[in-house]
Amino acid sequence: MPNWLIYLLAFSSGFAIMAVELLGGRMLAPYFGGSVAVWGSIITVFMLSLSLGYLAGGRWSLNSPTLRRYGSLFMTGGLLTLPLVFFATPIMDGISLSIADERYGSLLAALALFFLPTTVLGMISPYSVRLLTEDSARSGHVAGRLYFVSTLGSALGTLATSFYLVLYLEVNSILLGLVGILLLGGLAACGYPRTRIGAAWRNAHA
Amino acid sequence: MPKLLLALLAGGLLAGTAQAKLLHEERSLYRNILVEEDNGRRCMKFSLRLKNPQNQSCFELAHPERLVFDYARMSLAGLLVQPKPGRILILGLGGGTLPLTLRRLYPDSRIDNVEIDEAVVRTARQYFGYAEDVQMRTHVRDARLFVRAARRRETRYDLILLDAFNGDYIPEHLMTREFLKEVKDLLAPGGIVVANTFSTSRLYHHESATYAAVFGPFLNVIGPDRRNRIIVASTAPLPDEPLLRQRAQAFASRFQALGVDVEALLPRIHRDADWPADVRVLTDQYNPANLLKAE
Repeated sequence: MPNWLIYLLAFSSGFAIMAVELLGGRMLAPYFGGSVAVWGSIITVFMLSLSLGYLAGGRWSLNSPTLRRYGSLFMTGGLLTLPLVFFATPIMDGISLSIADERYGSLLAALALFFLPTTVLGMISPYSVRLLTEDSARSGHVAGRLYFVSTLGSALGTLATSFYLVLYLEVNSILLGLVGILLLGGLAACGYPRTRIGAAWRNAHA
Repeated sequence: MPKLLLALLAGGLLAGTAQAKLLHEERSLYRNILVEEDNGRRCMKFSLRLKNPQNQSCFELAHPERLVFDYARMSLAGLLVQPKPGRILILGLGGGTLPLTLRRLYPDSRIDNVEIDEAVVRTARQYFGYAEDVQMRTHVRDARLFVRAARRRETRYDLILLDAFNGDYIPEHLMTREFLKEVKDLLAPGGIVVANTFSTSRLYHHESATYAAVFGPFLNVIGPDRRNRIIVASTAPLPDEPLLRQRAQAFASRFQALGVDVEALLPRIHRDADWPADVRVLTDQYNPANLLKAE
């Protein structure tokens, strides 16, 4: 698999993560209000999930990394985002009814909705670094470029969603679009011809 | 260069507040709150920027009972639809002008005021004569959360005044079909919603369509130069012209004491749907209110 495709996939996951985070504020507001604390809950949960995802993704990359596994991160992240479309309303309704304090209510709701998909999507960055790194001397350079690309994706995901996508589309339509992008990315990684990967791997381990 | 910038900034500030006396300035969690006095008028201003803070609430020191703003005067049109509101809910406090006005008009009514910003409540108490008592209470809470909780308690109101928008930023979750349905559920039979809404930009149409989707036909009170617009929607059929006129006459002297000319108010009340039929309703799923306002 050519390196640019891995960069493109990392860009897409960065885009999706921040687009979902931005929509999170919109989703939670009807149940927990639009206070600063609600945004605090959302940002806390995303940061926490990403930090654990980075840890887990780096760890998993030690264990004979393959493109198929890399692709499975996108597919799993996408599938775990799907419940936001179908079950977010009853989940938030239930939590807002049982927890009167909207700070802890919004924190629990953000955890319930965003923890799993964001953790899995967070695993993508360190795993990408592992796939791209061919020798340890250049690993910092590769990591720098990867974080540049994926964070640029995050910036664009934030901008596109808040400036334009919400102007034309419903929250759920945007979420489904993001799920589609993640699933396609996963398919691309999983389905990439093995021979080419083999060549890349020989280079990587030489 | 920084000196030049500072000089420009200072110049701009001075020009904006040449005669106004600054009584209070506070940065709350949600906005900057200024209280200024100018020409015998005390105003609460909210600002997100240094320049041109918007007057949120004003009163004349010599006649504190008089309503200064067109939108506040126009809000009284609601009383021609529901003349005897025994339970009143006000979402968005500001300086507390409208709560105090309704308190004067209806000394026996119960009034619940909801304001998200504790600092606004404190400022209203300190500088605008806002005071709670047995009949009038304040709830520091997000309006949507208050409405949901009140709905669970099965509280009912005869008049709900929606005034939670300062000109700069719209809390979008207070402008959706779902929210208005929750508000409608809080209305007693014959109860009304009086909403201070946006009169310009594409948002006018979207907001109109959203209220129409929830309440059906409503009264559209449009201010001078279309600077303001008040929506009066009811759970009961709207009163016809003769009934409005009859009630207006009954209110005339009480409105006069508030500085409101009821004869000038009547022609501002419109019934026609002056927005395109195909405009999208705002929902919890689709609601770019702040973007629409900018266009």
